[in-house]
Parts: sequence; structure tokens; C-alpha cells
Amino acid sequence: MLGDWHQLWLIVSNPDNVPVVALIGLVPFFTWFGLRQARANDRLIEKLETDPELARTHHRKTQPYHPSWAKEVHTWPYLLRIELLAAILVTVILLVWALSVNAPLEEPANAAITMNPAKAPWYFLGLQELLEYFDPWIAGVAIPTFVILGLMAIPFIDVNPLGNGYYTYKQRRFAIWTFLIGFEGIWLVLTMIGTFIRGPGFMWFWPTQTWDPDRIEFLTTRNLDDIFGVNGKWLAHLLPASQQANAVLWARGLFGIIPVGIYFLVAAWFFYKIITATPFTRKIFGRMSLLQVVVMEVLLILMLAVPITFFMRNLLRIKYVWETPWFNL
Amino acid sequence: MAEENPGKGKTGVADEAEGKVQQFKGWLEEKFQEQVEELKRPEETQLYKAFFRVGRIDEPRNRALHTLNNLFLHIHPTKVNRDAVSYSYTWGMGGISFYLFIVLTFTGILLMFYYHPTKVQAYRDILDLETSVPFGLQLRNIHRWAAHLMIIAVCLHLLRVFLTGSYKRPREFNWCVGVLLLVFTMLLSFTGYLLPDDQLGFWAVTVGTNMARATPLLGHEGPFGPQLGLTAYNDVRFALLGGSIVDSAALLRAYIWHCIALPVMISVFFGVHFWRVRKDGGASGPSPVMLESEMKD
Repeated sequence: MLGDWHQLWLIVSNPDNVPVVALIGLVPFFTWFGLRQARANDRLIEKLETDPELARTHHRKTQPYHPSWAKEVHTWPYLLRIELLAAILVTVILLVWALSVNAPLEEPANAAITMNPAKAPWYFLGLQELLEYFDPWIAGVAIPTFVILGLMAIPFIDVNPLGNGYYTYKQRRFAIWTFLIGFEGIWLVLTMIGTFIRGPGFMWFWPTQTWDPDRIEFLTTRNLDDIFGVNGKWLAHLLPASQQANAVLWARGLFGIIPVGIYFLVAAWFFYKIITATPFTRKIFGRMSLLQVVVMEVLLILMLAVPITFFMRNLLRIKYVWETPWFNL
Repeated sequence: MAEENPGKGKTGVADEAEGKVQQFKGWLEEKFQEQVEELKRPEETQLYKAFFRVGRIDEPRNRALHTLNNLFLHIHPTKVNRDAVSYSYTWGMGGISFYLFIVLTFTGILLMFYYHPTKVQAYRDILDLETSVPFGLQLRNIHRWAAHLMIIAVCLHLLRVFLTGSYKRPREFNWCVGVLLLVFTMLLSFTGYLLPDDQLGFWAVTVGTNMARATPLLGHEGPFGPQLGLTAYNDVRFALLGGSIVDSAALLRAYIWHCIALPVMISVFFGVHFWRVRKDGGASGPSPVMLESEMKD
């Protein structure tokens, strides 16, 4: 298929998208860089676990070691020279960047002419993407609040004492998977979609597809209650006369509790199975208080709801699973 | 000269003068040599000691004192874990973020000299900056890209701190401060987005603040907002924009948030963050690995 590669180039070379393009390289590199050291530490841990004699005498690091070396070095010059080098390097990068790419400046602000697409800065594009799937108060307020509070809660719900101050994967599988899925699998991917996929009208354009501002998109999504044919007819018999007119709303509202409730139960059970899957995770689980378990479960269930909603909307074309007069999910 | 005019009675005086001159020359030379020698060891001079309070840097004790007695260096401990100095563990992203903040403050102050936060002037000031101010375009470019780079650096810092488990005891509190710093960094960048008063900033802020309409309890389109008597003229969006639309008041508010309020707030949190890094025992590692068999129940 011969696509519109020029369109792709226009997006990639947009000055404000440079950081996003940089992230495509930087995040995988640093993830690999960290996990490579984790693997080295994991090998060391395995060796020490099988050899208690060695564990007693070993210095327990993968860094170069000599018994006569001092444990600490002077800040001046050993740390300060690195800071100086880093500062010089960053300055050089900034200067080259500033000399080669100009900061964008559009036409003067004009409330009468809407930018199309009207996009937030790249670091908020993940949130803007969420606006496509959730009510504004959920996407713009509730989810960011839960992300911030959830991040802050991490130290208080991760009771695993291992892996404090060194890279490891095997001692913290669950924590690392959760974080990488949240940070890279959800946040970064949504940002990428917002940057590269969303075109005029915030419509979905595959890479190399021309951003046609006149494109018309047909609404092909349906609500779950619509698919199941919920119309409130039989519920009307049970309702008092004053509520007869609202029978459809009542039926939809009550119907929505079912899929959402099932999701909560299944997801809770799913995460419970994961955190009690091995003897080690069961040991960690045993250290958790009830409050910690509940907070963790709720945060994980809410986090998983984001990609599930994403796939339901884009693959199954289901818009909402729970419709009420106050909110839609 | 003196030998050619004997018997004039001047010889004695001339010799005496000559002697004094020679004596002075010798003294001068000696003094000069002495001071040149002193210049070779500037750390012994009064001027140097007045600045740095301690002498030669090559003595271990003075190296420590140099870090300890310097306002700018005293955020560091005098000694650090030898393995933490290697780049592979820390990635240096926290320090780079702070350095970028300094760059942003510096270029930001320079930009403020050329900018009026008014609807009439703002956009023209940017055009003026790009075309008439020496290095004005570069100044704006550096400020813009440093802001983007700072967000990247902060995100990578977050990734590193997570992968090394550095949020675990005793650093839980500092992790929370770090999360707030991430939020502040994004807000700083976002408030700066509106300031050129161009279409890009205007619509980004319009999209962004429209979400505030839907804030539960605080927005006039959010859950329970209307029930609490909120309208487009008294809700949280109105407070952010200083009006019901993105206009001159919004520009001024963004400017104050961007240049004064948020920098002051983030500086306070920076202070707490760095202070706690030290109080919680410095960089988290690389520390010796712990074994599962050593876990206490």
C-alpha cells in the first residue's frame, strides 16, 4: 500500500513533536539499560542464594570491587566533575537543538478560527486521548487525580522489602510489570496515539494516511445496553406510575451495574490470583494489611479499565457499558 | 658616569644613591619573586581564603571542607558511595532536571525583559523578540526546548527511581514530593504554552481548561456542580482564566503562575526534595543486594 509518507514526515518533523520522537528512542533505551543491570544483579542473587558461604563474604554488588578500595569517595572532585560534564553535555544538546529547530509560533490567537486539530501540548495528549473514551470529569479530573494519588501510594502498598536501592527484576516482577504497563504501555502509548494518529477533528488516521480535514466519520459505536436490546419495557410494569416515562433510563442504569460489577469482580479475582501465584508473592501478600490490599486492588482495577475501554471502543465498537443520567462508563 | 667626573665631591653622594637604587632593585626583585611564588599557590592568598574559607584542595580534609563550607555545594555530602558515582546506576536524570530548571530560570528572566502579558503586546513582543532582539530567537528556542527536555528528564528520573526500588523505606515521603514535582513541572510548561498568545497556545489552553468545567463539585458542568449553584461565571474554570473565556485576564494569570507562583512553589519543593535526599541517606544505591532467604517475616 502506497501511503502518504509526506504526511508522516510532517508530523514527525513538527518542532513540538521532537520530544515525543525522542521518547520513542529514550524510553526503550533506558528501560533496557535498567533491566540489563537488573539481570546482572539477578544472576548474582541466584548465585548467592545457592552458596551461603559465598553470601557471607561477598560484597554483593556487580560493580567492580577490590577489598582495599574505600567505600566512599570525595564529592570533590569525583561527583562534581560528573555534574559539570553532564551540565556541559546538556548545554551542548540544547544549543544544537535551539540552533537547528525554531520554537513554533502560529498566527495570533483568534477565538473565531478553531485550530484543527486543536491539540494539547504533547505531555497532556494522553489525557486528551482519554477524553475520547470517558466523560470529561473522568478523563480530565478523576483519572489524573487517581494517577497522582496512585503514584504517591506506591511506597505504602509495595511491602516487598527486596530490591531497595538496586536494579532487580526477579525480586520485584509484579511491581515492575505494573509500572511498565502503566507508564509505557498506557501513558506513553496514549501520548503516541495523540501525537501520531489523531488528525483533524481528533479523528483516527493511521500513519501515512493523509490528514483530510473534510473527512466525515460515521458513528459506528453502540452502547452495550443497545446491543442487548435493553428498552425498559418489562421494567415498566414494576415501576410506579410516576416513573413510567423514565423506564428506559432506569433499565439502562440498572443494566450497566451488571457488566461493571462483573468487571470489578473478575479483575479483583485476576489480580488476587497474580499476587498469590508463587510462594514468594504469597509471602509478600501475607505482609500486607487489609487496607493495603484494598487500595492496591482498586488502583489496579481502575488502571486496567483504561486499556480495556480503549479496546472495547476501538475493536468492539462498544461506546458505553453503563449509561446513567449523571455519568457514562 | 661617576668615574668620568672625579673630584667634584659628588662621587660619594652618587655612589650612595647608586647603592640605594641597587638595594631597592634587589628588594623589589626579591619581593616580586616572593609574590610570583605566592601566585603559584593562589589558595594561600587572603583573597582566596576570603572566598572559599579553606586552603589547598588536595588535602582530604580541605576537600571535605570545600563541599561543606560552600553554599552551593553543601547540598552534597562530603563523600558519596563510590558506586553511585558511576553513571549507569543513577542516569543523572535528577541532577539534569535541576540543571534544566536553572537554565529555564535564567533564560526565562531574560525573556521577561522583552515581554508584556497583554493581548495588545504579547504576540508582537514575540515577533519582535524573534526578529529584532539580538539572539532573541535562540533565547526563546532554548527556553522552549529546555522545558520539553526537563519533562523528559523528570520522567526518566521517575523510571530510574522506580526500577531501583528507591521509593522504599525510608524514602517514601521523598517519592511523594517527587510526584508533586513532576506535576509542577508539567504545570509550569503548560502555563508557559499560552504566553506567546498564538493559536497553538490559545487552543491548547482552551482544550485544557474546558476540562475544568467538568470538575466534580467545582465545575459548572461537573457532577454536583449545578446543584451547588455553579455557573460559567463562578466555577473553577473562571478562577483559572479570570473570566469565562481565554482572554486578557487568562494571559495575565498564566504569566503570574508561570513566572512567579509556580517557580516559587516548585523551588520550595525542590528544597524539601534535596533536603530529604540527604536526610534519607543520600543516593539510594547501588546498595548490596538482599536475598529472599534473609527476609524477616
